[in-house]
Amino acid sequence: MSATIETHDHEDHAEHHHKETFITKYIFSLDHKMIAKQYLITGTLMGIIGILMSIMFRMQIAWPSEPNVLFEALLGKWAPDGVMSADVYLALVTIHGTIMVFFVLTAGLSGTFSNLLIPLQIGARDMASGFLNMVSYWLFFISCVIMVGSLFVEAGPAAAGWTIYPPLSALPMASGGSGLGMTLWLVSMAIFIASSLIGALNYIVTVINMRTKGMSMTRLPLTIWAFFVTAVIGVVSFPVLLSAALLLIMDRSFGTSFFLSDIFIQGEVLHYQGGSPVLFEHLFWFLGHPEVYIVILPAMGLVSEIMATNSRKPIFGYRAMIASILAIAFLSTIVWGHHMFVSGMNPFLGSVFTFTTLLIAIPSAVKAFNWITTLWKGNLQMNPAMLFSIGFVSTFITGGLTGIILGDSALDINVHDTYFVIAHFHLVMGISALYGMFAGIYHWYPKMFGRMMNKNLGYIHFWITAICAYGVFFPMHFIGMAGLPRRYYTNSSFPLFDDLTNTNVVITIFAIIGGIAQIIYLYNFFVSIFYGKKAEQNPWRSTTLEWTTPVEHVHGNWPGAIPHVYRWSYDYSKPGHDVDFVPQNIPLMEGEEELQH
Amino acid sequence: MTALFTIIIVLFVAVALWQMVKIFDLAQVGTTDSQIADDQDNKINGYLMMGFLVFIYVMTILCFWFIGDLPLLSNAASEHGSEVDNLMVISMVVIFIVQTITQFLLHYFAFKYKGEKGKKAFFYADNNTLEFIWTIIPVIVLAGLIIYGLFTWNDIMNIDEDEDPMVIELYAQQFNWKARYSGEDNVLGKANVRLIDIDRSNILGVDEEDPNAVDDVIVTELHLPVGKPVVFKMRSQDVLHSAYMPHFRAQMNCVPGMVTQFGFTPTVTTSEMRETPEMVDKVKGINELRRERAAAIEESGQDLIYEFDYLLLCNKICGTSHYNMQMKIIVETQEEFDAWMKEQKTFPNSLN
Repeated sequence: MSATIETHDHEDHAEHHHKETFITKYIFSLDHKMIAKQYLITGTLMGIIGILMSIMFRMQIAWPSEPNVLFEALLGKWAPDGVMSADVYLALVTIHGTIMVFFVLTAGLSGTFSNLLIPLQIGARDMASGFLNMVSYWLFFISCVIMVGSLFVEAGPAAAGWTIYPPLSALPMASGGSGLGMTLWLVSMAIFIASSLIGALNYIVTVINMRTKGMSMTRLPLTIWAFFVTAVIGVVSFPVLLSAALLLIMDRSFGTSFFLSDIFIQGEVLHYQGGSPVLFEHLFWFLGHPEVYIVILPAMGLVSEIMATNSRKPIFGYRAMIASILAIAFLSTIVWGHHMFVSGMNPFLGSVFTFTTLLIAIPSAVKAFNWITTLWKGNLQMNPAMLFSIGFVSTFITGGLTGIILGDSALDINVHDTYFVIAHFHLVMGISALYGMFAGIYHWYPKMFGRMMNKNLGYIHFWITAICAYGVFFPMHFIGMAGLPRRYYTNSSFPLFDDLTNTNVVITIFAIIGGIAQIIYLYNFFVSIFYGKKAEQNPWRSTTLEWTTPVEHVHGNWPGAIPHVYRWSYDYSKPGHDVDFVPQNIPLMEGEEELQH
Repeated sequence: MTALFTIIIVLFVAVALWQMVKIFDLAQVGTTDSQIADDQDNKINGYLMMGFLVFIYVMTILCFWFIGDLPLLSNAASEHGSEVDNLMVISMVVIFIVQTITQFLLHYFAFKYKGEKGKKAFFYADNNTLEFIWTIIPVIVLAGLIIYGLFTWNDIMNIDEDEDPMVIELYAQQFNWKARYSGEDNVLGKANVRLIDIDRSNILGVDEEDPNAVDDVIVTELHLPVGKPVVFKMRSQDVLHSAYMPHFRAQMNCVPGMVTQFGFTPTVTTSEMRETPEMVDKVKGINELRRERAAAIEESGQDLIYEFDYLLLCNKICGTSHYNMQMKIIVETQEEFDAWMKEQKTFPNSLN
């Protein structure tokens, strides 16, 4: 079954291999596989911080202003006698959002799998520019260090919500976190954006130019399509956030008035005149909304690939899947205003954005139906990666459906910025993308580390996580519909909401259990690196090119020539073949037709 | 107490995990050490998928049963509110149907087609008719929702000046609300934060020279006559705030440097709302809960017994005390409103 591999350039690469020192191999590595692992481990560490924060503020909501040993231990002087203050609460929700959206689900997910899979699945020796790839990772690393460093600032880290709307984020007198903490947040994000832009350009160039012979765009696995389109969205939208961040820095430090006007605070009138916070909202969400798709598209790609492999069936509607990725990408750049229905912008704009927003439901529905049909009459191999993929579709549907309510401007008036929104986006992009990431890790772990993760721990991890994810976010819809606003340090100043107290306690208990379940995963992940069972070359019997590379990583991916591609990546259970998968590098049999797709 | 509770939960979960790992280990005896799913795994997880489907359904039912009695969904107190609620109910029904069917198919297929050694999957790569069907169905459903939604939205946002709505300014600052009535002339006096003069207690920066300001009235509790259209002109002096009046299905951000607006007609007075059966039940439930933690509530200085009132909440993060930025709204008859208004000082009289 393995590829016919010529060995003429074997020696060149062996030579490269020998020159590596510890530093060039593990730290300043140019190899995409090592950089992928660096992204993954950095993302994992950031994820631990982000999830710990969420557990802390969930405890505060469930048991408001009660002393808590966890707070005392972790927050130190910010939680005197273990009681969390309102400022710290806001800082925690702000940094939780920032870390999870950008550092875990953008860099950790896209950075890991774009780097790992693009060269391996298109049949390239490495990224177009290994050096830029390294620069991209290290810029990401620096931005992580600055973001984590901002947690230790005297006045506290940024506390204006992850959307950092000015004037709250622009005026140090408006909030403790808007001093040095916010400066560091902005600097960290600026570096982060530079990192993702460099990464995205690299992905785009690699996919366009470096596909192996025979790998036409219509033979690409859906993972690559997803990464490619994600990179394009990133290049289009991230610079806009960079400009917003730079203008905000100018307002903060150089006295300009891009976003500020007519402000009276703490007994004095400030000099700002003529700016508008609504402008910032436009700039922020012009990235902010595509960002949601930057997070979810790679997860969709991973899930499509894993579902096909483990169903032993081609993905249903390959062309429709590509078309829907492109449709989502296009629409994602013209819907940002649905975050701003009640921002004070012209109501006519609200109508336009309602229309474009609800259109996104169409390609999303096509994808969901195609995934379900992929399972139909399959021969489902319930590996942990497959469970997370099915879980992904489940949470994507549950969370996505409520988008119909939030995208409808008339309905958004009443649920805007309530827990309904929290429930919606955590399910549809938070949990879903996290599931996509877990699925990818379980599936490509053998490729990354040459060993297998323990499947039973994987099963336990999935089932506890799945139950807790619903347990946390499903009841939140109802709390939101009861009118409870998000970002409230405590709800006890509103007796109106007292009947939601018990529900909040239940949610927090689910969150704690769900958080603890991730320890199982971390244990499995780190221990398997050293003690996992040695992996076979193609453990999941998959068709894509990465499984034709040797288990032990070599520089340049294939010890011999790069395999050529003769078919699309979804020839599972094709009639006329004895085995239930035909790798892409196997030529068509005589008389065999490539599927017209 | 909380700490103890937390520790017990943690311990409980740890023991449960340990037990589960042991069960899985025992189940592994005699099988190969492969970390790839075998028929046994497929079977167990297939059944668990069906279990999970039941879990999702049960959870949905429980949520509707216990926390789904949403007075907010049925007791709109404004004219456009019932329209919003209708649209909400229709959307919810659509969502509920789609959710029930798709989750069933997903989990049932995962159970039904669980893998077996030697079985071969059905090679089924494409079907244009099917693709067309599930493109066109969402298109039709969404077209309906979009059209209904847009009509509702335009109804709400286009303020009909012919109805002669009462103009009221909502003024936000860290961390409280003020309201300014426009008085007899129904025109607000000009205002800008640059005119704020704390010493003279001109806290809203109203222009003393402007004749329209003479009859303006500034208050800290919002009174509205029932059945009378109101249009709120909103300002903020420092950061973004959002005026959220959930019972009236109303919300609009207050943006420093500009004036935003939102209008509605209140239809139910505060005392009428207090007497609706849903509200009586809700308040009773809340008071039972409050009695359970009476000590803590009294310590915090709140009244122990809760009585329903409409509220204006801040719903845009605005700093430390964001969680406590509120103003009471009282909807009353025109006579009660006029009587209350008479007691208020006009703007020039409120200055030092």
